[in-house]
Amino acid sequence: MAIIQVQNLVKTFGSIHAVRGATFQVEEGELFGFLGPNGAGKTTTINVLCTLLLPTGGKAVVAGYDVVRQPKEVRQSIGIIFQDPSLDERLTAMENLRFHAMLYGLSWKNLSGRVEMFLDMVGLSGRRNDLVKTFSGGMKRRLEIIRGLLHSPKVLFLDEPTLGLDPQSRRHIWGYIRDLREREGLTLFMTTHYMEEADQCTRVAIMDQGKIVALNTPASFKETLGLPTMDDVFLKLTGREIREEEASGRDQLRDLHRKWTGRRQ
Amino acid sequence: MKRALYATYTVWLRDLLRFRRDRTQLLGSLARPTLWLLFLGVGMGPVFRSEANVPYMHFIFPGIIAMNLIFASFLSAISIIWDREFGFLKEILVAPISRSAIAFGKAASGSTIAVLQGLVVVAFAPIVQIPMNLTALLLLVPSMFVIAFTTTSMGIVIASRMTSFEGFGTIANFVIMPMFFLSGALFPLEEVPLWLKVLAHLNPLTYGVDQLRWILFGVHHFPIALDFFFNLLFSGLTLVLAIAMFRRSPA
Repeated sequence: MAIIQVQNLVKTFGSIHAVRGATFQVEEGELFGFLGPNGAGKTTTINVLCTLLLPTGGKAVVAGYDVVRQPKEVRQSIGIIFQDPSLDERLTAMENLRFHAMLYGLSWKNLSGRVEMFLDMVGLSGRRNDLVKTFSGGMKRRLEIIRGLLHSPKVLFLDEPTLGLDPQSRRHIWGYIRDLREREGLTLFMTTHYMEEADQCTRVAIMDQGKIVALNTPASFKETLGLPTMDDVFLKLTGREIREEEASGRDQLRDLHRKWTGRRQ
Repeated sequence: MKRALYATYTVWLRDLLRFRRDRTQLLGSLARPTLWLLFLGVGMGPVFRSEANVPYMHFIFPGIIAMNLIFASFLSAISIIWDREFGFLKEILVAPISRSAIAFGKAASGSTIAVLQGLVVVAFAPIVQIPMNLTALLLLVPSMFVIAFTTTSMGIVIASRMTSFEGFGTIANFVIMPMFFLSGALFPLEEVPLWLKVLAHLNPLTYGVDQLRWILFGVHHFPIALDFFFNLLFSGLTLVLAIAMFRRSPA
């Protein structure tokens, strides 16, 4: 049984077609890579899957719940590490974790063992009572990851979790991700621009211009296309042209549109 | 339901914790009334006394409380813009709680913080020789909360649409200042021209100031039951509006 089922998903912002008919499935326990050039519609897709946006068309089911009709059940079953930081910098690490527990209706007492284990795992035990604004980028990321796991989600979404981190931090974070997958039987759904990270995924979907253009295991990708690295595979499938311009124009329009229309548009 | 209330409490608790850490806000709530009472109260005193037979300091005192309330409450909604800018809003929005509960928590925390800042002004009462007893205090706190609730909710309405701090600041000035000046806080409404009277009657804060004045001095312009009724009505209506707007607010 697939833990994420996306069928013909469409998301438009006014005249902008961010996602135009994406279909894919993620099996339980997978480390699923979601790749694509900037502005391909990855983040929009994730925002629909985690119920922050309403789809314009199509269907998405996460952990057995429909994202449109059962948003609360979906939210309880997932954890998310957003592209941009989402910690309260004026609170301490512990307070951030504690408020997360409260928002998810969990007993803080029952969680203490889990909190200790997580803090130890990511090496933040000694800094637990420090304000988050004193943390480095890598420390914040680590804290966000354990916060996202506190309520034992079935699926963890990671939107470019290692973006802007040094190699040490990236290596560590990958260590935790592998660990957690084994220990908690977690399904991971991640976007990344680092192709050596894509290489570690069980399967990789490549999105371009709002559509899934290919989906396979990294090994099969390289084999069928006869290319040595995922980097080559990616460039072969999405072309060499730079999408930055288009993406930023799109983002601007999207922001403008957001200002004038409803939530979860 | 229990879950929703707990979520509201969570949002409230976080804002209060942040307020406790932020000393500058308290400093502002101390400086504002000092300036108004000292300069305006003392300066206008002689002119006013000959006309109305009431110390001007006493006349404006309820208005100064109201001013601290609306400043603190309206500006508290800026935390929504702050949270959106710094990402924390997403953490709240993907949690399995309703947006109504979040908006209600924001309204409650903003009002609570406003009451604390209103109490700063109340603490000036003995200095300007206004008698204060426990009954008055027990009436003041919930009244201040209800008055602040209206302006907090108005702030949430604006912050739900606004994405920039600057924009919110500009609008805040256009809301707070007219509300304050047209509330009967600085001059009695008996003798003003009709147009001003009409505007004052449309201003929610007018009934708030009137209610505070009644609690402190037993003096009032409207029937006191009407004050209570309107203040509750306004806070209820603006809360409904705030919830509706926050539900449509961008992540």
